[in-house]
Amino acid sequence: MALDKAVVAHIAVLARIRLDDAELEPLATELSHILLWVEQLAEVDTSDVAPMSSVAAMVLPMREDEVTDGDCRDAILGNAPRAEKGFFAVPKVVE
Amino acid sequence: MTALTSLTLAEARAGLRARQFSAGELARAYIAAIEEARPLNAFITETPERALEMAAASDERLGRGAARPLDGIPIAVKDLFCTKGVLTTAASHILDGFRPPYESTVTEKLWEAGAVMLGKANLDEFAMGSSTTTSHYGPVENPWRKQSEDRSGDNRPLVPGGSSGGSAAAVAAHAALAATGTDTGGSIRQPASFCGIVGLKPTYGRCSRWGVVAYASSLDHPGPLARTVKDAAIMLGAMAGHDPRDSTSAPLPVPDFEAALSGDIRGLRIGIPKEYRADGMPSEIEALWQRGAEWLRDAGAQAIEISLPMTKYALPAYYIIAPAEASSNLARYDGVRFGLRVPGDTLDEMYERTRAAGFGAEVRRRVLVGTYVLSAGYYDAYYLKAQRVRALVARDFAAAFERVDCLLTPTAPSAAFAIGEKSDDPVAMYLNDVFTVPANLAGLPAISVPAGLSDDGLPLGLQVIGRAFDEATVLRVGEALERAAAFKHRPSLVAGEG
Repeated sequence: MALDKAVVAHIAVLARIRLDDAELEPLATELSHILLWVEQLAEVDTSDVAPMSSVAAMVLPMREDEVTDGDCRDAILGNAPRAEKGFFAVPKVVE
Repeated sequence: MTALTSLTLAEARAGLRARQFSAGELARAYIAAIEEARPLNAFITETPERALEMAAASDERLGRGAARPLDGIPIAVKDLFCTKGVLTTAASHILDGFRPPYESTVTEKLWEAGAVMLGKANLDEFAMGSSTTTSHYGPVENPWRKQSEDRSGDNRPLVPGGSSGGSAAAVAAHAALAATGTDTGGSIRQPASFCGIVGLKPTYGRCSRWGVVAYASSLDHPGPLARTVKDAAIMLGAMAGHDPRDSTSAPLPVPDFEAALSGDIRGLRIGIPKEYRADGMPSEIEALWQRGAEWLRDAGAQAIEISLPMTKYALPAYYIIAPAEASSNLARYDGVRFGLRVPGDTLDEMYERTRAAGFGAEVRRRVLVGTYVLSAGYYDAYYLKAQRVRALVARDFAAAFERVDCLLTPTAPSAAFAIGEKSDDPVAMYLNDVFTVPANLAGLPAISVPAGLSDDGLPLGLQVIGRAFDEATVLRVGEALERAAAFKHRPSLVAGEG
C-alpha cells in the first residue's frame, strides 16, 4: 500500500522520531517503494500455515526466581547522559 | 622471511606453541599492520595497549606450557559486541560514548581462550546494510580493487560488503588474523565473499547473543570471519556454547569442529537448488557455481538438483520481519540511559529529537517500516503474513534435507560494487542478500568460501548451507571447496609485507 505524508507523520510519532515537513514526502515515496515490493508475499497461499516467530525449537528455559545480578548502580549510571542522586535524570514529566 | 601477519591462525598457533615467535611479537606485527591499513577505515576503535597486555598474559601462559586454545591470536571484534570498558558504538551516533559495564558472552569466551583484542571493527549502523557505507564513522573500503579499469574507466574504491565489512576488510588486508561478525541476513557471508575470505554463520542458538547489540533477535547470529576454513572452525569452537543468559542459546555440547575437517566428503549428497539460478545472475557466477559442483563431484560427493520453491519470497519476508524486530529492539535508544541525548522541553520531545539526530537514514527507514508493519490494522497483513512465509521457507529446507546432506549456492549475486553505488535505491541494496537470507530465516548453518575471481579480478564466494547444528558437515564441504579452488589471489592492499 502506498503511504501518504499523513501516515508517515503518524508512524514517525509512534516511533518517536522527529521529522521535518520537508522529509515526509521523500520518505513516503521510499517507504511505499519498499512496501509495494514486500507485498509480493500476497501471492503465497499461507492459509494453513502457522506464523513462525523463532527457529529455536525449544520451550523457554525456567530457572529459580532469585537475584543473579545487580549491585552495579554506579556502573550503569556511568553511561547516562544525565544522572542525579543515583537516578537517571529526564525533563520534568509531572506538573 | 614470511611476514608474521601472513600466517594463518592455525600456523600462528603452531608457531606460538613452538616458541618460534612470541605473542608480543605477533601483536606488535598486527598493530603495525592496522596502522598501515588505516586508509580502509576498518576499525572504529583500535586497542593496541590492551592487545599488548593480553599478549603478555598469553606469553606467560605459553612460557609455562599452559597454552589455551587461542593464546596469542590477535583478532578484531565487530563493534556490535559489548566489550567491558571499551567504546561500543554499533557504528551509530546514538551510542556516542557508550562504554559497556559488561562483556558479551562470545568475546568473554574468546578472551578466556587466550585471544588478543586488536580493536573494534567498523560496520553498517546497527548492522543494517550490505555495504558498510551506513556507518556513522564513515564507509569501509574493500582492500581489493578491480584488476584494471573497466571499459568505462571506473576504478573507484569498492565496498567490503556488509554489515561486517570492517571485520572482513581487516582479515583480508592482514590487519587481523580473524574477526567476529554477526549475520542477520548475510552480514558475515556476503562481506566474506566480497573480500575473498571465509565467513561462517553458525546455527541459530550455537553462539550466544548476550551482549551483542540487537538488530533482529530471531535472525541475529554471531560467527567468525577468517582466512581459511580451518581457522573459522577453530574460532567457532571458542565462540560457541550454551549460555543461560540467552534464552535461545542451545543447551548442546560443542563438537570439535577442527577435528571434523577429515577432508573426506565421499558419498555426501549435495543439493543444488534450482531456484537460486536468479534472473540476471552474471554468467561468471553461474559458471563458478557449476565449477563448485564439479569440484565436489570430483571429491566423491554426489550433486543432486533440488527445489526450494519459496526462495523468491524469503527476501521480502525478511524485509518485514527484520525491520519489525528492529523497531522494537531500537526502542531502547531514548537518550535516557546511555549514548546521545538531544535536549527537549518535554520527555517526548527529547526522545524524538534524540532519535532523529542519532539514527542514520537506513536505520530510520527500517524503524519506520517496522513500526508500520506492527501497527494496528497492518500487523496481520504484513507481519503475520511474513512469519507464515518464514515457516514455509523453513519447511522447504526441511524437505530438501531429507534428500541431501547440504546445499551449494553462490554467496552473493555479484562481486563487490563501488562505494556509493546502489545507495539511492534501498530495494536494489536489499537484493544483495537474496542467497543468504533464507538460511537466516531457517536458522541454518552456512559458510562462504572464496572460490574464484570475477572478470574484473574480484573475489567471489560459494556458500554451503547445512542442517541445523551440523556445522561439521558445512565446514568439511567448505574445506573441500577451498582445497579444489586453491584460491591464492591477494587483494591490492595487504599490510605487513612492505
